[in-house]
Amino acid sequence: MTYLIKGARILGGSPQDIRISDGVIAEIGAGLDSGGAEIVEADGLVALPGLVDLHTHLREPGREDAETVESGTRAAAAGGYTAVHAMANTEPVADTAGVVEQVWRLGREAGHCDVHPVGAVTRGIEGHQLAELGAMADSAAHVRVFSDDGHCVDDAVLMRRALEYVKAFDGVVAQHAQEPRLTEHAQMNEGEVSGRLGLAGWPAVAEEAIIARDCLLAAHVGSRLHVCHVSTAGSVEILRWAKSKGWQVTAEVTPHHLFLTDDLAETYDPIYKVNPPLRTKADVEVLREALADGTIDCVATDHAPHPIEAKETEWAPAAMGMIGLETALSVAQAAMVDTGLLDWAGLADRMSVRPARIGRLAGQGHLPEQGAPANLTLYDPAARTVIDPAASVSKSRNTPFAGIELPGRVHATFLRGRPTVLEGKPA
Amino acid sequence: MSAASVPPHRPSPDSDVSHKAVLEAPDIRRALTRIAHEILERTKGGRDIVLLGIPTRGVTLAARLARRIEEVEGHPVPQGSLDVTMYRDDLRMRPARALGRTELPPEGVDDRLVVLIDDVLFSGRTVRAALDALNDLGRPRAVQLATLVDRGHRELPIRADYVGKNLPTSARETVRVLVEEVDGRDAVLLEAGK
Amino acid sequence: MKHHLISAADLTKDDALLILDTAEELASIADRPIKKLPTLRGRTVVNLFFEDSTRTRISFEAAAKRLSADVINFSAKGSSVSKGESLKDTALTLEAMGADGVVIRHGASGAPHRLANWVRGSVVNAGDGTHEHPTQALLDAYTMRRRLGDLDGRRVTIVGDILHSRVARSNVLLLETLGAEVTLVAPPTLFPVAVGTWPCEIAYDLDAVLPKTDVVMMLRVQQERMNAAYFPTVREYSRRYGLDGRRMAALPQHAVVMHPGPMNRGVEIAAEVADSPRSTIVEQVANGVTVRMAVLYLLLGGSQPAVGTTRLEGE
Repeated sequence: MTYLIKGARILGGSPQDIRISDGVIAEIGAGLDSGGAEIVEADGLVALPGLVDLHTHLREPGREDAETVESGTRAAAAGGYTAVHAMANTEPVADTAGVVEQVWRLGREAGHCDVHPVGAVTRGIEGHQLAELGAMADSAAHVRVFSDDGHCVDDAVLMRRALEYVKAFDGVVAQHAQEPRLTEHAQMNEGEVSGRLGLAGWPAVAEEAIIARDCLLAAHVGSRLHVCHVSTAGSVEILRWAKSKGWQVTAEVTPHHLFLTDDLAETYDPIYKVNPPLRTKADVEVLREALADGTIDCVATDHAPHPIEAKETEWAPAAMGMIGLETALSVAQAAMVDTGLLDWAGLADRMSVRPARIGRLAGQGHLPEQGAPANLTLYDPAARTVIDPAASVSKSRNTPFAGIELPGRVHATFLRGRPTVLEGKPA
Repeated sequence: MSAASVPPHRPSPDSDVSHKAVLEAPDIRRALTRIAHEILERTKGGRDIVLLGIPTRGVTLAARLARRIEEVEGHPVPQGSLDVTMYRDDLRMRPARALGRTELPPEGVDDRLVVLIDDVLFSGRTVRAALDALNDLGRPRAVQLATLVDRGHRELPIRADYVGKNLPTSARETVRVLVEEVDGRDAVLLEAGK
Repeated sequence: MKHHLISAADLTKDDALLILDTAEELASIADRPIKKLPTLRGRTVVNLFFEDSTRTRISFEAAAKRLSADVINFSAKGSSVSKGESLKDTALTLEAMGADGVVIRHGASGAPHRLANWVRGSVVNAGDGTHEHPTQALLDAYTMRRRLGDLDGRRVTIVGDILHSRVARSNVLLLETLGAEVTLVAPPTLFPVAVGTWPCEIAYDLDAVLPKTDVVMMLRVQQERMNAAYFPTVREYSRRYGLDGRRMAALPQHAVVMHPGPMNRGVEIAAEVADSPRSTIVEQVANGVTVRMAVLYLLLGGSQPAVGTTRLEGE
């Protein structure tokens, strides 16, 4: 099928027409002739390269009550994503070629966006023995990102070995930085609020100390390192220092850490309970500046679906995590574009180009130009929506933005020239 | 939500023309003296009586009666206060209110003649509550009621044994008793209804 | 509108004084032949105790019964979803029973906040995790007032595991509201990181503080804290922070010694101190019933509560 997108503002620039055919962008120009193509009116819409998420939890296999590959990727497409990296903490854990291939295949069958399974660093994510990283890299799933996310690879020797080992296939270890002993039974950011609320504190140093160690390790062995969900100002300082040394360190930040703060825990509503925890206003400001200047390379959702009963409890036993695929672009717009910190080109870089590069995705993260794969997102920045959990495309409802009005709405998502979302609805 | 307030202990302003003083200090003085003598007559010298004032102003009046009786008879009269807040039948109609003091004399009330003292007798519900409160504190031989003003409009079969002044009123009017110790002056005010 | 007593911060100075003054009037009930008032007749108060605490539960039960309320005791061990009925389902059961007031003690900070979303009645926090225990602070203030008079300007010292103490948190808040000056004493490991933002002084040296205080309140210290390296040994803790006879003698003449109980005799408080005339420990228990009667009366006795906070969420 051929599509003619009319009057889209590519990366926020002046309106252009885009012709899509055979999975690529065939032509860009003004007043293009439709020539039998299906017309997509894009007046007022911004055209972005299809978004790429480096950090999503699709929960399948094992926790299909919370999400499946099918429902999760449908949510991803609704949020403007054309590729997601599915984290390995499933049941069974994705630590073998068999499991990663299963997840990869489920993604292809669903067809809503590309699924790139992340392989666990250690067997069972138990932190003792390396998983068969090579087998996963060579599998049909072609794994390049490895992570024990949910847990920290805190054993320094194991982390060193993993960093070294993945060099053989241009892989990258994505570390969930959380010193386990400093965060035993921790519930929320350690600070003024936690002391007042009587909730065990999660000190910033538990994240920062691991990041510092891992940057030094990566430099020592000459490897790439990716840092998951950076949440503190201190972490940003360390990353800035590491990058200034020319070390191959990349980092991501979640939409919720760009927007929400730890005082929300005052309601004791576990919808705000997440790992790493929400931090202070000062941290949010530093994270935004870091994303703007590139010290933090990308936005990654850490979309973490949970069934209702896992969140409808007292704070301490509640599960940690928030869904985020559908609201990511809106939150990023509110935090970065509407505040003047990034323009649309910058946001495209942080939400598509860089994550695709880190994940080594050849077909994703291309700016819209002639000949590029037609992975595109059409987005209406002027729309405003009050977030309604009941309307979520994801199987789960645990969004911290319920009742909040956010800007923007995804109008259409194209995956290699085929629309997965049209007129804001699944195609 | 504001806290329920305890009646203020300060002189109240009396510049409002819609008040009409139906009793002034001399009238009140005479009424109390008469009630004191009536009590002594009917209780044959008041040997085993206990005066219990219902807070707030009933307590003041009870103290004055006790003084007068003591002047005449030469022996002190046991007195105290009986707060009825917890026994009111209209508790659920307003936010919970502050309590007044309940303090019985060391002699207690068992087998004695209790004279309840209140400032205004109106529907009779306060006295009904006082009887219930008294019931939980002991078993008096008998209970009588003295009131400074009886304004009619009884809603229960309750009557006063000793009355300072019978004051016919309309239900919409308000009767307020002021006493020197609490309000800075003695008076009974009749206020027009809205 | 919902009204609850979940945190000592829910009470204004007027609210707190109203509770204390009401308790004064109710104290004499304990000496009467009929220890009952009809005020909460027809009201149902549920004691929802997820943590073992016979002492506090009995105190609330006595308070409610003395006001003629119907009392339902519900004790549940373990509360997380994986262990059985969830807090939410328990709450819905209580709603079906028509609970006018729910007194909840729970091991998780914030459980009363969550409960308040699911029940229509008034929620009274009888201790949630390491967060707060407002009626304990109220009975402590009542006890202090009875012994020492008006609390404005009084110096109160609280000693012990501040980090994990709900009693300390509630007392700091309430005493500040009542105008007292609070000093917290503990080893540095047992202070929350941000205690500097609290409305009180802090100190590491107990001996320096004792001669200048009107009240010293000792908090229970748990053995498990030693295992988590908060202090090296119980003996060292006791030496540096325990109230023994020598330290008691250093107190001003009029000063009193308090403890919320249960005590670790020989650890934070010596037996001779606990049993001395300065100690208010026994009267704190009696005062607990009186103060809780006042709280229940003011929350449930009228058409709407006379003290406490309006919950804003979920309505």
